[in-house]
Amino acid sequence: MGLSCHQLTCRRGRSTLFSGVSFVLQPGEALWVQGRNGSGKTTLLRSLCGLALPDRGAVHWEGKPILATRSDYHAHLLHIGHADGLKQDLLAWENLALGGLSGSQSSREDAERALAELGLKAEAQRPVRLLSQGQRKRVALARMLLEPARRLWILDEPLAALDQATAAQVGGILQAHCERGGMLVLTTHQDPALPGARRLQLGAEC
Amino acid sequence: MLKMARQLVQRDLLLALRRRSDALLPLAFFLVTTTLFPLAIGPDSILLRSVAPGIVWVAALLASLLGLQRLFADDHADGSLEQMLLAPQPLEILVLAKILAHWLTSGLPLLLLAPLVALQYGLDAQALGVLWLGLLLGTPVLSLLGSIGAALALGARGGSVLVALILMPLYIPLLILGSSAVVAAGDGTGSAPHLMLLGALLAGSLAATPWATVAALRIAHE
Repeated sequence: MGLSCHQLTCRRGRSTLFSGVSFVLQPGEALWVQGRNGSGKTTLLRSLCGLALPDRGAVHWEGKPILATRSDYHAHLLHIGHADGLKQDLLAWENLALGGLSGSQSSREDAERALAELGLKAEAQRPVRLLSQGQRKRVALARMLLEPARRLWILDEPLAALDQATAAQVGGILQAHCERGGMLVLTTHQDPALPGARRLQLGAEC
Repeated sequence: MLKMARQLVQRDLLLALRRRSDALLPLAFFLVTTTLFPLAIGPDSILLRSVAPGIVWVAALLASLLGLQRLFADDHADGSLEQMLLAPQPLEILVLAKILAHWLTSGLPLLLLAPLVALQYGLDAQALGVLWLGLLLGTPVLSLLGSIGAALALGARGGSVLVALILMPLYIPLLILGSSAVVAAGDGTGSAPHLMLLGALLAGSLAATPWATVAALRIAHE
């Protein structure tokens, strides 16, 4: 039993973003959501997290609707969205150890180790506003290393703005997560190098 | 659960420290407006003493509105509010933590400035004591009620004006009780009932506002 959704439909005003999206994600599986810009990938991911309400259909976690078991579901969920959730004026490690990270409790040492692993050893002591886009993305992604116990990762464009070496490293982290029995839903326009990933095409009719 | 709340308070205080100008601006506003009135009214000590409580309360109220819109707007813009919504901890606790941090940076400094302001109006020690107690009970209510307004105006254009329009009517009981407490202390009728009612307002809003704010935050995200 993992994440499942049934006949999910989302509208934006009068136009339908996507309709009838159904899938079941079992432990160890990855789902690669594909589609053109504006096809509703981010909205689908937000609906899966419980941040947006679908117009029709429901998302279930372990067989129960996520809105009914919200705190239990969120204890298993790691979501990294478009907005990175980083505070410009805090240092990189402070952002990981203190800042708004959906209930994570990590020490300074943990945060610095995770950042060093993603090649941000020196940058850990700098305010996030002085970092480049790619480095910020890496700070946000370091949360994956801090919270390996969360079973479901929902990642919106985790590879955007990353250089090739880091993208490959992140691909390795995702692969390891699935091999541990974790579940993964991601969108990306690059190839995430996950051989076992299932694909879900949004907006295929246009 | 409480550790997460403590971390959030710590983070918000650290942010206020790093961006001191944002936190100091409302305080400077409070100090400047309360200083302007004695200059405009003139050195009539009886008149100054009688208008002081009202002026201090109106200035405190306006000062608290200044930074209020950013209570959730910054977190909304950079995505950390989204992470708060996805936290397994009850959102009400996290909202209370944010309100506490807001009060520590906006309400508490007003309490520290109050004696200085009272000096300009020639308030005696007893009147200052009552004014101070009133502010101690009342400024947390400003932050608590303010969180509803800030959450409701999230993502709206002209948010700060909207926040002021939503909140002004809610602040009226606070304004009346706070300033009349000082007046009552002066004319000998006793300020205890006013202060107790202020305390009741604090207890009531402490119990009710987190739910309302959480509901508004969830609506803003859908």
